[in-house]
Amino acid sequence: MADAIIASELYKSYPGGVQALDGLSFTVEEGAIFGLLGPNGAGKSTTVKILTTLSRPDRGEAHVGGFNVLNEAGRVRCNIGYVAQNTGSDRSATGRENLMLQGRLYGMGGSELETRVSQLLERFSLKDAADRVVHGYSGGMVRRLDIALGLVHQPLVLFLDEPTTGLDPEARVDMWHEISRLAGEEKLTILLTTHYLEEADRLAAKLAIVDRGKIVAEGSPEQLKSELRGDALHIELDSDQDNSGIEVALAGLENIREISVEESSLHARADEGAKAVPIVLQALESAGISVGSVTVARPSLDDVYLRHAGRSFSRAHSEADQEDKKRKS
Amino acid sequence: MQAISHTFYMTWRQLRNLARQPWYVAFTLVQPIVYLLLFGSLFQKVVQLPGFGSDSYITFLTPGVVIMTAMFSAGWNGMSMVDDLDRGILDRFLVSPVNRPAIIAGRLVQSSTVIVIQSVIIIFLGWLRGASFPGGIDGIILLIVCAILLAAPFAALSNGMALVMRKEESVIGAVNFILLPLTFLSPVFMARDLMPSWMQSVTSYNPVTWAITAGREVLKPDADLSLVWSRVGYLAVFAVISVVLATRAFRAYQRSI
Repeated sequence: MADAIIASELYKSYPGGVQALDGLSFTVEEGAIFGLLGPNGAGKSTTVKILTTLSRPDRGEAHVGGFNVLNEAGRVRCNIGYVAQNTGSDRSATGRENLMLQGRLYGMGGSELETRVSQLLERFSLKDAADRVVHGYSGGMVRRLDIALGLVHQPLVLFLDEPTTGLDPEARVDMWHEISRLAGEEKLTILLTTHYLEEADRLAAKLAIVDRGKIVAEGSPEQLKSELRGDALHIELDSDQDNSGIEVALAGLENIREISVEESSLHARADEGAKAVPIVLQALESAGISVGSVTVARPSLDDVYLRHAGRSFSRAHSEADQEDKKRKS
Repeated sequence: MQAISHTFYMTWRQLRNLARQPWYVAFTLVQPIVYLLLFGSLFQKVVQLPGFGSDSYITFLTPGVVIMTAMFSAGWNGMSMVDDLDRGILDRFLVSPVNRPAIIAGRLVQSSTVIVIQSVIIIFLGWLRGASFPGGIDGIILLIVCAILLAAPFAALSNGMALVMRKEESVIGAVNFILLPLTFLSPVFMARDLMPSWMQSVTSYNPVTWAITAGREVLKPDADLSLVWSRVGYLAVFAVISVVLATRAFRAYQRSI
């Protein structure tokens, strides 16, 4: 099978010294849903902007649908659909008008376009709202229209940049159904970026974990999780005590690996989680460290992220948000 | 061909969206009506000043208000660009194979269309208040052409500012900061010969003055065509500079994403 997307060694920095991409490479097979998973600020949107010809990399190369994004931008544009993070639909126009204009920009017209637009409106359950202005649409409806906009010209590759951010849980689940249906029906290659681990786990056949402008791990969600042997232990410690002695306290224990402490939470890995719990608790107790709660879980993508990026997902996320605030202020 | 059809689609989108906000359209006419009716009455007797050079203030004022309204109307054109930026509509267009200049050209054509409609309304109101147009229909058409020649560069600059500033508040501030002084440093309300001498020299470099001078001239029965052409020439140069600046702003935006 041919590769629909090839990104190799992409570098991009923004004014102000922000290194958005730092040698990012990956390939996506035709007809698959590929997920780029990472916290805010990891470089996902920048990657999508380069692949959709919106932005240019400082260095590196990329091909989409067999065409070079730098010197064959026009041909790339005809073959891709792009659904950006912030909607992209025109609030003062009706759903149908939005779709008709989009089709015309791609050189479609006449009854071919009208049929395609009606099809899409029906397909995304927007038929009743088709001739109302988008202003009155619900969040889920707007998002469905956005995706329809990306599909008018029947692209080969569809880019979905954070398709469910800002949706309520119910609309998010609907959107997930919609996206998996798309990949099943339309022989479409989909590149999806998300910062929801659950979303990547559910939708992507293959995914790449992005951190600080680089891919740190790649594979199917199952593969990535199975690389982690054993169960994950999450222990919440009392936050008002000195937790610096933990690693020493646990160092000698058998079958306890990958110990990491972030503020007041302790992550570790054990072959058999249930058996490890009393041993770990005892070790902590004898070191004088008191424990709030303990959970044992099968490996999740969060653990995969922790292992490859060296920090937990939620932490990376809040760090990125703080940096963002600092930059803006 | 594609450039023309895409410009048409973009123009159509803008005009349709504008027509869906009838209040907005009504509000943009409030300012010229206030100037025409209130200012026109308030300063009625100003023509009696020796050297004013006109015997009817409303006849003097109407073409000025046409030009001024065109400039403000074009100056606000960038506001919907800020909205397109915020909503991600501009990025959606840039990812499509749309003809790039059509994105701006569509806005300029839309702005010009609105200005034709506004000008006709203002001229009609001026006529109701007793303004006369000895240059006839030809003169009126040429006046509107002058208004568009001034408005197109302002619309381009306004879009350029929108692309650089990306915030409605900043664009509003900048537009007022630039357009208000340009209005009062032009002969919209007062004959140039009666201005303080420093103002007279400043006004000669003001594009608004060029458009008003040409616009008033074409309404005269025996218009001085060389004067008209020279001012039209200045406006053309101003338009070229503005389009270059707007194009740069557009490139800067593309580099920043």
